[in-house]
Amino acid sequence: MIEQPAHTVFNKRLTPQTFVLGLHAPAIARQAQPGQFVMLKVRAGTTPLLRRPFSICAVQGDLILLLYRLVGEGTRIMTEIKEGQELPLLGPLGKGFTPPQKGQPAILVAGGVGIAPLIFLAATLDPSQYRFLAGFGTAQEIIPLEKLGFQDLTPLQATDDGSAGYKGFVTGLLEKTLADIPSQPASMIYACGPNVMLKKVQAIAGTFQAACEVSLESYMACGLGACQGCAVKTIADQKQPYFHVCKDGPVFPAQIIDWTVL
Amino acid sequence: MKPTNEPDLKTTLGPLELKNPVITASGTFGYGREFEELMEIDRLGAIVTKGLSLQPKAGNAPPRIIETPSGMLNAIGLANIGLDAFLKEKVPYFQKLKTQVIVNIYGHHMDEYQELAKALKGVKGIAALEVNISCPNVDQGGMAFGVDPVVAGRLTERVLKNTDKPVIVKLSPNVTDIRIIAKAVEAAGAHALSLINTLTGMAIDIKTRRPKLANLRGGLSGPAIRPVALYMVYQVVQSVSIPVIGLGGIMDFRDALEFLIAGARAIQVGTANFVDPDASIKVLDGIRDFCNENNISRLDQLIATLQSG
Repeated sequence: MIEQPAHTVFNKRLTPQTFVLGLHAPAIARQAQPGQFVMLKVRAGTTPLLRRPFSICAVQGDLILLLYRLVGEGTRIMTEIKEGQELPLLGPLGKGFTPPQKGQPAILVAGGVGIAPLIFLAATLDPSQYRFLAGFGTAQEIIPLEKLGFQDLTPLQATDDGSAGYKGFVTGLLEKTLADIPSQPASMIYACGPNVMLKKVQAIAGTFQAACEVSLESYMACGLGACQGCAVKTIADQKQPYFHVCKDGPVFPAQIIDWTVL
Repeated sequence: MKPTNEPDLKTTLGPLELKNPVITASGTFGYGREFEELMEIDRLGAIVTKGLSLQPKAGNAPPRIIETPSGMLNAIGLANIGLDAFLKEKVPYFQKLKTQVIVNIYGHHMDEYQELAKALKGVKGIAALEVNISCPNVDQGGMAFGVDPVVAGRLTERVLKNTDKPVIVKLSPNVTDIRIIAKAVEAAGAHALSLINTLTGMAIDIKTRRPKLANLRGGLSGPAIRPVALYMVYQVVQSVSIPVIGLGGIMDFRDALEFLIAGARAIQVGTANFVDPDASIKVLDGIRDFCNENNISRLDQLIATLQSG
């Protein structure tokens, strides 16, 4: 875990709503594991005040890539980050994905910009071991991985409106995929995306008796376990009903999360 | 290398002596260890631990925090590990630190504060108690003790009777006149006061028309509250003779100096720890550099030096 000013190498638009930020942060890049995140201060001063958490999308040498979607004021400010700008960066933080066991089929399930940590994970896996499924709203929203330097990562795509790939949610594509592969050995599903999608993924994993890890998103102030703001309800431990996304996660075994409140 | 003209930043809070006036605020610095990889914790004057209750507390349902203009609302609900785990898991770490550890205590009932004070009596590695009578985020206790001068005074006496440690009482700004509570707590024998805790507030999602915090209300902190905090510190310093610790939205050394000039004998850095884990050390270095640049050799030459008019 390191706090260092990161030098902006690029800040590119990938689709009308998504961008990739390339930061030169060698010490953080060296330590980063798939599923971990960083806390980024998007601008000096008090607006916005707090750092924002971002999953690490890729490590390329000394570079860390972060994907972001333009949703509010914080991300609007991010679109204005210029090449050469220094940004306070803290990381790598949290617990990442558990690698699949030898011979265990892995299925990576992404929803929208939630594809970020799964790109990092895919880059560390043997291509023959995993299938990569990615859902987007429309063809226009598909994040072009080749523009991130990943010509070989070609996820099976789903779009809600059917304008590209499988028509429907990525969870439909997941069901189809699981039905097509042998049930033994049990698959390991890795998912990141909106909570409503993760909830469905967890249910499907249950049906097909597959293991499942999800990467959760939360508001958080510090990323260090101090503010305790990023609580998520768990069903694993009656004495400790909340886990913290920053320290206990952001990656959790799906079955320990209380999905009824998400 | 220590420069030869290193200013003397020592400060005293009644019986408690600190090597410098920079303290990290309760609830923003965990139990210290969370930050040790990222900053020099031993250089701080003191740290204040996350509010401690007798029994472990799970805290409120999420969302617990939301950012607001130049600030944040939190409704953590005093989530903490409880006394037993605190003594077993945290105190041994405190005993190794070269900074002083102030334990923030909190109860639902007066008896609970008393029990906590008793249990921490004589425990090595704990320099003082900070009594939280001002948390806005729990239904019982907390702020309820901090808005009534008679109750606040009685609670202070109960804690004092059951401890061998200096007692600091942390005051709520959510009152009509904070000086009344300050005087009552002083009369009860408190060694020092810290102020302000967060200001109660809320935020609403206009699409869903629901409160943004699951708890509906939360405590506002950050630079947004600083002018309010500063004035309250100034007012209280004018009306009591015990030392005052100032806090509320201190982000850098300039903010800290304002509180010292207003009369605070020490300051706490809170929300800034979330923004920059090293913020408290930067405040300390900034105060030292300011003293050097302005030929100030002792902190006393700054404290309560507000020029009127």
